[in-house]
Amino acid sequence: MTDNELIWRIAGGSGDGIDSTSQNFAKALMWSGLNVFTHRHYPSRIRGGHTYVEVRAKDEPVQSRGDGYNFLLALGDSFARNPQEEAYYGKEELKPLYENFDDLREGGVLLYDEGLLDEEDVDEIGLEEAAEENNWHVVPMDLRGIAKEHGREIMRNTAGIGATAAILDISTDEFEKLIKQNMSGDMQEANLNVLHDAYEAASELDIDHDIEVPEGSHDEEQVILSGSNAISYGAIDEGCRFISGYPMTPWTDVFTIMSQHLPSFGGISEQVEDEIAAAALALGASHAGVKAMSGSSGGGFALMSEPLGLAEMTETPIVLVEAMRAGPSTGMPTKPEQADLEHVLYTSQGDSARVVFAPANIRECYTQTRSAFRIAYEYQIPAIVIYDQKIQGELRNLPASHFDEEPNADPGSVLTEEEIQDAAHHSSGKFQRFLHEPEDGSNVSPRSVPGQKDGRFLATGNEHNPSGHISEDPENRIAQMNRRLNKLDDIRADLDENTSHQTYHGPDEADYGILVWGSQQGTVFEAVDRLNENGHSVKALGVSDMAPYPKEEVSEWLESVDEALVVEMNATAQFRGLTQKELGKYGDKMSSLLKYNGNPFEPAEIVDGFESSIDGEELAASNMKYVPAAGD
Amino acid sequence: MSAFSAINEEREIERDEFTPGIEPQATWCPGCGDFGVLKALKQAMPEVGKNPDEVALFTGIGCSGKLNSYFNSYGFHTIHGRSLPVARAAKLANPNLEVIAAGGDGDGYGIGGNHTIHTARENHDITYIVFNNEIFGLTKGQTSPTSPKGHKSKTQPHGSAKSPIRPLSQQLNAGATYIARTAAVNPNQAKEIIAEAIEHDGFAHIDFLTQCPTWNKDAKHYVPYTDVQQSDEFDFDVSDRAEAAEMMRKTEERLYEGEVLTGRMYIEDERPSYGEEKRQIGEMPEEPLAERYFDEDAEWERTYDNLLEHHK
Repeated sequence: MTDNELIWRIAGGSGDGIDSTSQNFAKALMWSGLNVFTHRHYPSRIRGGHTYVEVRAKDEPVQSRGDGYNFLLALGDSFARNPQEEAYYGKEELKPLYENFDDLREGGVLLYDEGLLDEEDVDEIGLEEAAEENNWHVVPMDLRGIAKEHGREIMRNTAGIGATAAILDISTDEFEKLIKQNMSGDMQEANLNVLHDAYEAASELDIDHDIEVPEGSHDEEQVILSGSNAISYGAIDEGCRFISGYPMTPWTDVFTIMSQHLPSFGGISEQVEDEIAAAALALGASHAGVKAMSGSSGGGFALMSEPLGLAEMTETPIVLVEAMRAGPSTGMPTKPEQADLEHVLYTSQGDSARVVFAPANIRECYTQTRSAFRIAYEYQIPAIVIYDQKIQGELRNLPASHFDEEPNADPGSVLTEEEIQDAAHHSSGKFQRFLHEPEDGSNVSPRSVPGQKDGRFLATGNEHNPSGHISEDPENRIAQMNRRLNKLDDIRADLDENTSHQTYHGPDEADYGILVWGSQQGTVFEAVDRLNENGHSVKALGVSDMAPYPKEEVSEWLESVDEALVVEMNATAQFRGLTQKELGKYGDKMSSLLKYNGNPFEPAEIVDGFESSIDGEELAASNMKYVPAAGD
Repeated sequence: MSAFSAINEEREIERDEFTPGIEPQATWCPGCGDFGVLKALKQAMPEVGKNPDEVALFTGIGCSGKLNSYFNSYGFHTIHGRSLPVARAAKLANPNLEVIAAGGDGDGYGIGGNHTIHTARENHDITYIVFNNEIFGLTKGQTSPTSPKGHKSKTQPHGSAKSPIRPLSQQLNAGATYIARTAAVNPNQAKEIIAEAIEHDGFAHIDFLTQCPTWNKDAKHYVPYTDVQQSDEFDFDVSDRAEAAEMMRKTEERLYEGEVLTGRMYIEDERPSYGEEKRQIGEMPEEPLAERYFDEDAEWERTYDNLLEHHK
């Protein structure tokens, strides 16, 4: 279906170096001029258990995982050989081999480490039959043996890379460069020897396959990084210098990246006792005049509900990151899902005013995190960046210039001491922090920061009057409520004018549309291209602004198509529900394609789902759900 | 020039500066111990030479949370039990602020107990005043974490089967470096202790006994009280951990037997505050972080130059 691409999957046990090896492999391919995209799959276990990473490489931009893959490097699970009596792992060391049978394409190459996996055991799992059926090229090699010869078994992955290079006829230059860059002394030498020996050994084998590794080149310097990197760098570029958090997968990634870098930028990172404290600290730092963020994943974000509401009521700007994983409750810790949308939109009590952005890819993780900080601090409102475990861990190359943006340290609507002297004060001496009608006609009443002369005010989660004193006066209540909520209209107008976060894909005119949000966008766009090649008339819209919702943009787009399929990774069609609620119509126009088995969509699944839906057929695949239009 | 000129302003401070020009509608009942805290706090400010603009007061929810309304400073009336984490970050963001936190016994020992322990453990340079009246006041008289065993309330009509929490001992174990108990009925001592706590460089925990005339009518009004520093009976070294622990044990036991022992219970001056520790290991900037946002000469590095190298 899609030729001229390499999708290399490395599989092993957690702790076998799958992650780092795939990162190096991807980087080396990027250096060679290709565009790369990775997809991670891992269990909720630190050592052992089946884990894999796919590296997809093409000469054109890649923005999605592919359909299956065409090269498997099965290292086997070295942690399955546990000597303890109580630990029963059975034939788990074979898992990274047999669990990957399903998606290996016809004619693919399967390289496995016969140093770790016994030939007899391999026979039992039916490799031979499967290989024959699918025309796979099976290559057993003693990678472990090659690694051990040079000292350490852990270098099996380097041996795997060397063998891969030989089988695919890729130069080892870039891999050597990486080893030299990352290691020194004996380790460097040992790894280089392993790489060469494995390359030589594999070159001697006569393997006839038809995978062609494409060739490409880049016009400008590239970087390869993850969504969590991009969110962190967006935050730092936008002047964030305070982060507080509690570890929870997959949010931990952003938290650790920020914690590693902030001190060198003169910032502060705090790991605290729980997520309530984490969000509360971000509030305290922001109140004191610092740009601050916190975040978590579903369960931890639930604890942040109260501080989030306090931020709204006190109009204290903060940015929260919500890294979704499959729920409910602790759900599936290492599997992606897009099912926390409603949680993030509606958690906390009262009529809430918050901003929610859902970046669709690594590029947007950077830009929208910057938007989130700018909006939060200009409009004194909490902003949430919601993304999922898929974007969090996947790597993709981008031009380095994408990040070559000026920093913005502006704390937004904060007054200087001189400005405070000229501002309105209450007869109690308090500064009028929460004016009903701010002087500039906006809905943002500028704030002061503790320590500034004559800027004293009271921030309180209770309803309050302009100077912050607690008040239940009905007229004051209406004025404050309206001002807080009206900010969302101002933000909508600001975003429309300055930063469109929505992405259009496909022809301007099309009969059908696919509506998508978050991490599934790239996959949908790839599917749309294929559908149009197949003779369909389809376009797509990727929506990133969850709140305030881009009503006009989406309405216009929905008007322009006959029917729309909404693709999302959850079981209850949350984004479709949001769209219908926000627009107040189109319930008869939108149907849903849903997937919630812990794995993101593949492009071919969306193609199949779309075709089944317009043909009125039932979905053939059992891993997805089609929900027809419901009416208004 | 600092963006925060009110900080370290050298001048005579008047107690009245901390009284808002217009008193908000009082929410405290006649005879409430909370008035004693307010008075002592206001009286302590001239002693420590702090002006209203450099003081940031963080409160929780309940009657104690209204302290902000009657105390003229920067204020943040947060949510139930969460004053400390908000206060902690404000202090880290701007160490020049005088950060005080306050809450009730439900707030600090119940719902926010975890934060109280961890703030003490980390030894943040914060003064924390817990209004301890052994009852939930604003929710109308339920048993609190410091209510005595057997205490009857609408929610525990058979009498509480729980032993009260021992906040002094708990905070000693947690790591607080200044621990004292005082009472609203003892205004001079209360003022002195609050002033000392503010000047203490580390986490100062004050268990402040406040009577609740409405919901805890049977409760002791904490008189007569004994100041352990003034009494010959309790000759202990306030800087000795073991002796302090023994003193706290006595204090906490005897309170429920009707004998009120107040005073300084533990003072440790050697341990650096958390912010100082963080600064020493390079986890916190030398200058207050909040200042940077007002400093036109501050350099804001771009990630492109600093972070992207290893992604290339």
